[in-house]
Amino acid sequence: MFKGRDVISILDFTREELEKIFKTALKMERRGKRAPPLLKDRLLASAFFEPSTRTRLSFETAMHRLGGSVIGFSEAERTSITKGENLADTIRMLDIYADVIVMRHYLEGAAKLAAEIATAPIVNAGDGSKHHPTQAMVDLYTISRELGKIDGLNIGLVGDLRYGRAAASLIYGLTKFNPAKVFLISPQLLKPKQEIENFLRDSGIKFSQSESLDEVIEEVDVLYVTRIQKERFPDPAEFEKVRGSYRISPEVLRRARERMILLHPLPKIDEIDSRVDNTKFAVYFKQAAYALPIRMALLSLVLGAVR
Amino acid sequence: MMPPKLEELIVRKIRDGTVIDHITAGQALNVLKILKIRGREGHGIAMVINVESKKLGKKDILKVEGRELAQAEVDRIALVAPEATITTVKDYRVTKKIKVKLPEKIEGILKCTNPNCISNAPREPITPSFRLVSRTPTLLICGYCGTYISHDEIVAQYAVGT
Repeated sequence: MFKGRDVISILDFTREELEKIFKTALKMERRGKRAPPLLKDRLLASAFFEPSTRTRLSFETAMHRLGGSVIGFSEAERTSITKGENLADTIRMLDIYADVIVMRHYLEGAAKLAAEIATAPIVNAGDGSKHHPTQAMVDLYTISRELGKIDGLNIGLVGDLRYGRAAASLIYGLTKFNPAKVFLISPQLLKPKQEIENFLRDSGIKFSQSESLDEVIEEVDVLYVTRIQKERFPDPAEFEKVRGSYRISPEVLRRARERMILLHPLPKIDEIDSRVDNTKFAVYFKQAAYALPIRMALLSLVLGAVR
Repeated sequence: MMPPKLEELIVRKIRDGTVIDHITAGQALNVLKILKIRGREGHGIAMVINVESKKLGKKDILKVEGRELAQAEVDRIALVAPEATITTVKDYRVTKKIKVKLPEKIEGILKCTNPNCISNAPREPITPSFRLVSRTPTLLICGYCGTYISHDEIVAQYAVGT
């Protein structure tokens, strides 16, 4: 069911499949740094046409931890892309070398094109502003690990819900479960795209949109904070206008539920006050740690090392 | 006797060819463009624009003499005129009458409106591909980036009026 499979969008997976990934991740987590060499003699190509720290390094670490090896590049500037080579040809080459290709690209749909070309499975590590499926898996896994479930929870997403692919992917991912309600909190300018809103509506999940965090802070079990990303803004003036809105401080959190967890796909800049880092609410570093077992699980599954 | 309708006054019956009726008002020029008819091909062409229609309120009609339409052309007409009917005439007789219908999948005709879509990248071996979300009003979704393409955006790609 997983072997050889491309991972392009979280929507390509059923709830059962996501739960299978989570179950496998839990096993990986329990083995810690002594994971068996399930991916010995396997090669991962890491093709990052756009910058990344956590995603790239956690994929590479996951591969190394399972006994596999890694080739790749972390900036397109050092590749033949600068000579004008297209994505299709670059992928064809990586397909010859590697057993699995993990890629990030600035254009939307790039992973889908790569999947049409490559015979090796393509794992989308983020393309454009809508899809970052493995981040959504990490986020859902974090919620389920920390709160024991996803169903029945009130889940708030705050910040850039328009240009940020982590938020979009999580919204898509939540439609596979039954949260009590999804709260979308963003400035008007950064509301989710129409197609995402329609999708949420069609899914039948209860949701609300608001510009004010104040109105919902008492109601949520999970608050997913996203960075307002400068590079996603067509107009830098627009960026300046909304920068710093929805900043999470200990004062804001005074009204939060006792067991509320604060998530963030990272990197965070100033949207969360650093004084929050040491509070019980801050789960985002743990969330980043959960990325490793999730990616180990996913690589093992698509490479057929785990059934 | 009822007075003849405007289009009956202007347009006579054709002997062989195609009658495209129930074209969305104002879209007849776009339909001509889709059919790549520029006027130099020698076909007799009759066109009425913005005439009254019981069904649509207003509509356009196009008659093209000596020309039958291929299925791909019929599909493309559906993009700008989703209610159009296409009648094939041979020796003054109707031999075929069909209503256009947008196919579930549309490939290689339109461009995605998202400039950040991979299907708009130069030098990539890619055919833009769209799935039908809704027929009325027409709404398509890009098979690569998931962007919605509305009826107005489709029409804008044909550039002759809106």
